[in-house]
Amino acid sequence: MTTLNIHNLHWSPKGHGHCHHQFQLRGVDLQVRPGEFVGLIGPNGSGKTSLLRCAYRFNAPERGHITLDDHNLWQQSPRWCAQRIAVVLQEFPDAFGLSVAEVVAMGRIPHQGLFDGDSRQDRQRVQQALLDVGLHGFDDHAFATLSGGEKQRVILARALVQQPRVLILDEPTNHLDPRYQLALLHQVRQLRIATLASIHDLNLAAAFCDRLYVLDHGRIVASGTPHQVLTAELLREVFGVQALIDRHPLADHPRITWIAPQ
Amino acid sequence: MKTRYRLMLLALSGLLLVSCVLSLGFGSAPVPVEVVARVLLFKVFGIAPEVPAWTAGQEHIVWLIRVPRMLLGALVGGGLAMIGAVLQAVTRNPLADPHLLGVTSGATLGAVLVVLHVGELIGVLTLPLAAFVGALCSMLLVLAIASRHGRLDSDRLLLCGVAVAFVMMALANLLLFMGDHRASSAVMFWMLGGLGLARWELLAVPAASVLLGLGLLLGMARALNALMAGEQTAVTLGLNARSVRLLAFLICSLLTGVLVAISGSIGFVGLMVPHIARRLVGAEHRRLLPVSLLLGSLFLIWVDVAARTLIAPEDLPIGIATAAIGGLFFIGMMRRR
Repeated sequence: MTTLNIHNLHWSPKGHGHCHHQFQLRGVDLQVRPGEFVGLIGPNGSGKTSLLRCAYRFNAPERGHITLDDHNLWQQSPRWCAQRIAVVLQEFPDAFGLSVAEVVAMGRIPHQGLFDGDSRQDRQRVQQALLDVGLHGFDDHAFATLSGGEKQRVILARALVQQPRVLILDEPTNHLDPRYQLALLHQVRQLRIATLASIHDLNLAAAFCDRLYVLDHGRIVASGTPHQVLTAELLREVFGVQALIDRHPLADHPRITWIAPQ
Repeated sequence: MKTRYRLMLLALSGLLLVSCVLSLGFGSAPVPVEVVARVLLFKVFGIAPEVPAWTAGQEHIVWLIRVPRMLLGALVGGGLAMIGAVLQAVTRNPLADPHLLGVTSGATLGAVLVVLHVGELIGVLTLPLAAFVGALCSMLLVLAIASRHGRLDSDRLLLCGVAVAFVMMALANLLLFMGDHRASSAVMFWMLGGLGLARWELLAVPAASVLLGLGLLLGMARALNALMAGEQTAVTLGLNARSVRLLAFLICSLLTGVLVAISGSIGFVGLMVPHIARRLVGAEHRRLLPVSLLLGSLFLIWVDVAARTLIAPEDLPIGIATAAIGGLFFIGMMRRR
């Protein structure tokens, strides 16, 4: 039983002159099961963002397919996908001063008709989502005046009002201080929505993910529980760094200690 | 927020209605307000006083000259302001304005070509028609150059618009420079912008276009909000960002073409009014578009009053007045902030 199923996915960037091997995807297989928090890790340029973009129907695959509950994404409309997949990106609408409530309410777009106003139910969902991410009462604040952590939580709230089956997060903890990194990932885990997230910080990935996929040069080179995946050998081969791996003293997940090159 | 918005809309509509009537009194031949009101009552509602309270001249000035001119001003001002708001969102660029897309320059080239080298084939309509054809051509040109692999990204669109505008203006200026001076000054007057062409029979097209444009753009309002947040975001919300952008561009270009063809290039309204409107009601487009429209109408009606009284009996080209007043107003607003 899988929610999101990516099978033998091939994709390469087009229209960028000489063809780089960077950002390419070559035969990726990946599954996200109901309620599961799946982490995607890999060095810069390994294709994490390309893979996520395929998963939310922005990049069209060259070969292979992506299904959500056994429906091929590319045989469905963008709207169909947006009703089921919500995405938290590093892209912020800070240009013209939308309010927090307006940014969150955008999440209702896939569920509304052309000339529909926001119904009372829509407004209640917006309030509930703001409550869920700890931003109750921020409705009329200008989005641009918020801190990085608050902005990220507003975008998460927007994803929540989409009522998704699958949540996709692209580096959700970038630019956040430790407190908000932990709070955000904890919040997402609490939701028990099937989640696929690319995460830079391997200790965070180890702490929050049920399973990890390691992407290197556009291929999945390892997958499994954090204990299975995060080994000193893999970190050396894929990331090219020395690390010490032991068990976290307080929880059952691996802890990574980096060893700086001498 | 909601009640505040309703009050704002009501207040602006009221202000616009009052302005429509009051502005009719001003001009090289002032007409008292009560005469204006009586002429309007008679013409619009058929309420005639027992003794004629005005001269035939006054009736002619108010009903045949100033009312169409005021209506055209309201349409052009409101239309340009609305287009500016949309383009700024679609390109995510706060400096975008209706004239940046090359449409206005295309219209200018069309007007220059026809006035200098063809002459008035079909009377008063010659210049507006030529300008509209020019606007259409330059819109298609910008689209053809800007689209690549069937997609249209906003930076490329703006840059192509600016580039096409420069080439068109260069050609138009060259023709003007080498052309006959009397014909040149007629075109110059149009280029600087003015509502002097207003006639009742010329109003139907811009009125229908502005109303249709408002309806279509309001239908796209939510998509515009999402596009303002960024292309990726729009896609994740189930919108086809490319077709929304293309549609918005087409609507804006066509509407600009219609407005510019009649009134010449009236600058600054489309750039400035959306920013003022955003300060009043925020950036949400279902509120922003109607408020921009009302503010733009109000602004241009009163600027036109200034344009026709400052150096009466001559008409000051309204483009000069909008740029001067608008620029000063904007500077004042920036400093107070």
